[in-house]
Amino acid sequence: MRDLGINVLFQGTNFWRLLGGLGITLQISLISAGLSVPLGILFGLFLTLKNPIAKVTGRLYLDFIRIMPQLVLLFLVFFGATRAFGWNLSNYFSAILVFTLWGTAEMGDLVRGALISIPRHQYESAEALGMTSLQTYRYIIIPQTLRRLIPLTINLVTRMIKTTSLVVLIGIVEMVKVGQQIIDANRFDYPTAALWVYGVIFFLYFFTCWPISMLAKQLEKKWN
Amino acid sequence: MDFAFIKEYAPLYVEAGILTLRIGTTGIILSIMVGLAVSAVQYFKVPVLRQIASCYIELSRNTPLLIQLFFLYFGLPKIGIRLSGELCGIIGLTFLGGSYMAEAFRSSLEAVEKIQFESAESLGMNSFQTLRYVIFPQAFATSVPPVVANMVFLLKETSVFSGIALADLMYVAKDLIGLYYQTGEALGMLVVAYLIILLPISILGTVLERRVRYAGFGN
Repeated sequence: MRDLGINVLFQGTNFWRLLGGLGITLQISLISAGLSVPLGILFGLFLTLKNPIAKVTGRLYLDFIRIMPQLVLLFLVFFGATRAFGWNLSNYFSAILVFTLWGTAEMGDLVRGALISIPRHQYESAEALGMTSLQTYRYIIIPQTLRRLIPLTINLVTRMIKTTSLVVLIGIVEMVKVGQQIIDANRFDYPTAALWVYGVIFFLYFFTCWPISMLAKQLEKKWN
Repeated sequence: MDFAFIKEYAPLYVEAGILTLRIGTTGIILSIMVGLAVSAVQYFKVPVLRQIASCYIELSRNTPLLIQLFFLYFGLPKIGIRLSGELCGIIGLTFLGGSYMAEAFRSSLEAVEKIQFESAESLGMNSFQTLRYVIFPQAFATSVPPVVANMVFLLKETSVFSGIALADLMYVAKDLIGLYYQTGEALGMLVVAYLIILLPISILGTVLERRVRYAGFGN
């Protein structure tokens, strides 16, 4: 052992490469979250429909996506779609597709929950005041829904970032993969590199997600 | 669908499913114990321990299980702590689950209204009796749905164990795809295996949630 394993991170561009890997992780999660929010709002509205066919299809989609581990969904799309439909999806595209499908389901459920949590009398009071239904939504329902929804949506983003760590298992070169490369390349010079690299990755995830969680908690406290 | 293939390799999934369930239940039971301890520390505002508990909760809730496992399985041996894959799985799942369970217990304890304490006091109950007969039963009822939801979440999280070379369901599926290229069958059995494990618990959760809501409306 030459010296402390943590120095491996300061050799050459290692630390920057690790941060670059974090960038890929964030890129996948933020693109998926960005797609999931609008799609999830639509899906949430769809879930509140009274139509029995809409109800059953919505529930089936939601329950299937939520019950399957995200890694299974990744495998289904990345390995399954190629075989079943002959689509040759790149791992990067599969990851975004899966996280968007998953995010849409989760977001849809949050939107549905927020919408049905608005008591009926809010609608009735607005009507009694002579508001049109557009006004009711614009001034009464949407502001209240948003207050409940925004903290939950921010939490969904942190969940998305954490879940994105799985993409290393379908071969995307992100933070963990870069970490493994650094460990393997320095196996002889820095035998304890694994401890430090995984430790640093652990804290990089923590310092990415923690401020976002804190923000959600703050907003929740402020608005409730 | 190649049914001969399914018939031949289904036992592998059963074996892997048992491994998933074994680690999963051990992890869940330990998580509940950690969760109870942590939530008690927070609820009774035990000095020092309380700060440690909230650090633990933030660390565990804001990092992915896969990274926790990699640290345990690949990182720790470098300083001489060598744990088996299964033990890493259990420790990782407990580390992750403990904070989720703690949050579930804490929020249901806090959901018991102050008037309950005051009423118990005015009936002449001491603080042990208040907790034993008034607070805990109510908190327990409200904590059931989130605890069941956490169980489903933790069982789902076990799917990342294949990352530290544990022969769980994902591992078997990936192996079969690699060996025989029977992707459809391997993935189909994977989905069915997870449905068999998770669907009953998830349905139980929905039923319990309805029961608890029904109980809550009695107030």
